[in-house]
Amino acid sequence: MTQQLKLRRGGAEGSFLRRLSADRPARAVYVALALLIVLGWLLFALDGGRFLSQENIVGIQQRSAALGIVAVGQTLVILAGSLDLSVAYLISLTSLVAAEIMAGADGGVPAAVAAVLAVSATVGLVNGLIVTRLRVHAFIATLGVALIIRGALDERYDGPAGSVPESFQHLGYDRIGPIPVSALLWAAVAASAWLLLSRTRLGYRIYAVGGDAEVARLSGVRTERVVIAAHVLCSVCAGIAGLLLASRLGAGAPTVGTDGGYDLESIAAVVLGGTALAGGRGGVAGTVGGVLLLAVLDSIFNQLEVNSFAKDVVRGVVLVAALAIYARRRRTT
Amino acid sequence: MLRMTGIGKSFLGVRVLDGVDLEASAGEVHAVVGENGAGKSTLMKILAGVHTPDEGTIEIDGRSVAFGHPIEAQRAGVAIIYQELTLLPERTVAENVFLGREPVRRGLVDRAAMESATGELLSSLGEESFGPRDLVRRLSVAQQQVVEIAKALSLNARIVVMDEPTAALADHEVELLYTLVRRLTGRGIAVLYISHRLPEIFELADRITVLKDGARVTTAEASSLDTATLVRLMVGRELDSYYPPRAAEPPGEVMLSVRGGGNARLHGIDLDLRAGEIVGVAGLQGSGRTELAKALFGAEPFTSGEMTPCRPRSVREGIAAGIGLVTEDRKAEGLLLNQHVRDNALLVARAAGTRRPGIERLLERVRLTPPRPTQEVRLLSGGNQQKVVLAKWMTVAPRVLLFDEPTRGVDVGAKAVIHELMRELARDGTAILMISSELPELIGMSDRILVLRDGRIAGELPAGATEEAVMHLAAAS
Repeated sequence: MTQQLKLRRGGAEGSFLRRLSADRPARAVYVALALLIVLGWLLFALDGGRFLSQENIVGIQQRSAALGIVAVGQTLVILAGSLDLSVAYLISLTSLVAAEIMAGADGGVPAAVAAVLAVSATVGLVNGLIVTRLRVHAFIATLGVALIIRGALDERYDGPAGSVPESFQHLGYDRIGPIPVSALLWAAVAASAWLLLSRTRLGYRIYAVGGDAEVARLSGVRTERVVIAAHVLCSVCAGIAGLLLASRLGAGAPTVGTDGGYDLESIAAVVLGGTALAGGRGGVAGTVGGVLLLAVLDSIFNQLEVNSFAKDVVRGVVLVAALAIYARRRRTT
Repeated sequence: MLRMTGIGKSFLGVRVLDGVDLEASAGEVHAVVGENGAGKSTLMKILAGVHTPDEGTIEIDGRSVAFGHPIEAQRAGVAIIYQELTLLPERTVAENVFLGREPVRRGLVDRAAMESATGELLSSLGEESFGPRDLVRRLSVAQQQVVEIAKALSLNARIVVMDEPTAALADHEVELLYTLVRRLTGRGIAVLYISHRLPEIFELADRITVLKDGARVTTAEASSLDTATLVRLMVGRELDSYYPPRAAEPPGEVMLSVRGGGNARLHGIDLDLRAGEIVGVAGLQGSGRTELAKALFGAEPFTSGEMTPCRPRSVREGIAAGIGLVTEDRKAEGLLLNQHVRDNALLVARAAGTRRPGIERLLERVRLTPPRPTQEVRLLSGGNQQKVVLAKWMTVAPRVLLFDEPTRGVDVGAKAVIHELMRELARDGTAILMISSELPELIGMSDRILVLRDGRIAGELPAGATEEAVMHLAAAS
């Protein structure tokens, strides 16, 4: 987390702090994160372990990376007033595309990466076109695309396929000091998205379209293009997550996306970070906090050996409570 | 500077504009008036590129133009400031002003340039109460209008259309708007000003164009017209008096009484409402006018003090005690816009579980035109919508009916009907409290006027008090 904050501060000439302090939900999620870390430290101490051990921190970062990358993409579409439920199946699809093209050979890596980016951008384009041109609500449009991808996967695969060369597995497992390469990848994706949102025209227009599409239109924004661009970027993020997971597994798997629950979990992380589900308000900083919050929560559960049903109950309570608190804070300001 | 000639437009076979001419010169305020449905908004939307005309031509500076999209109108120097403001509440002032045209340096948005340019625009408009980095949602409606105007100026607009700009402003803010309009004309900008409020029009306009049923009645110098003539031109008949006569008999029994009512926004409220009388409530924005109505109704209840017949703690208790509230914002708080007239009119009766009254008779009584119960409410004019809100309350025959800005955004003809209905209700024994920021209405309608200031009743004035007396009480510090 700290290395990401530093990256952003450096890149934005101090405006990051100003913007973050204006973004109250983002601040709130970091306060909650800090409290949770203290709580985790206490629980670990009582349990006889060390919460801030290197092993544990690396674990949290690795668990977060894939979800984090997807959630950054999800942030973009949600800010634009849309939504993407197809990311989980797209992750499965791209992990297979990557592993099949690489087929265990180092030479296949560039082609595989290019193919994954192309496939995911195409899926994003389709999502965007269905939402804007056919005027199908994003919920249904991306659910439909998700089902189409699932059908294709079920038809062709019934288990892991392809294989990833050892050189590509460095992405999933190596570290530079205490920092896994995957966390750096996540940081880079998050930093790019932050730059996009706060310093480019496209970013401004994503906020505008999500805030009020009619206002944006009357101000000369080509709203459909903005929504399509957000969908393409979101799907590309899912593709990057697919690459990362393929590198971890050493192969592609038709269930890797859905097993991870990346669709709903990424939306949960986004709203936990204070981005409005209706669009137009929020940002990447909050999402990063939301992902870390979920990961720290997970790591505490693991240490305490909580069973998975109780885990889900607690996560559900945390999510609902967080949104209730945001709603309350907004009413009082 | 601007010349629109022979503009015609039909929607779904209904002729809404028929051969309308309109022109405006640099530095002029040209008012466009007419009842709702006269075609003002359509004409302005054609000018702004939202609709394309079926026939007719638009010339700007002698060059013929045709707008297919609002952007093309913007580029030609036409800016429109809509009644519903078109700003993004979650973005800053600067981000809103430059929305869609953000300055870019080396591929990135140049925030500094954007903010300093916005700052200059704001100070050129004499605005110092907020800055380019403030979030729009923290600004008042009047401040947001300034943002809209700054946006228009940043587009180098030379023709600015203002659609009902004062509808949501308090009286002291209206003065600021006048100043702004004069600054615009001082720069050689032509202002097309649409309003229902005739005093404003005489205050500001150089020329007035009257529309009726989609056609132009006349264009005349403002100085050659008076209110009565203008009203006659708009409605096509002489309204012999603006307001229905007051009750002949003295008011009856006390229907509602408050002693020492207070909550977070109101303090020490004492008042009695009697059967048959209309009590006006005046006050500046923020004085607690709307809060008073909501407290009496139970929507934002009093937390202290006595109230008879009961002190409602919720809206349901308020309605059960025979109190009704016609809210200030009928679209957001008064009506289910996507539902039929019938469902809207029966909303309260159904919720309260009272016997359903005959809907047709009711719609005729409120003079809904046409009295069709199956029409979707969003398709009605502002005046007709307000009649549906009235019908909604008349189904339960409340003892006390509270009106918050009963004729805001309502055309002259419907306004007269609503005023008559209010008098009728009073005559039938309802106690009426009417909040209005339109002083002539307040004075014309009320049997007495309560003036609110800082959440307290600052004083009471008898029927026929002068505007000066009301303002003096409302604004005195």
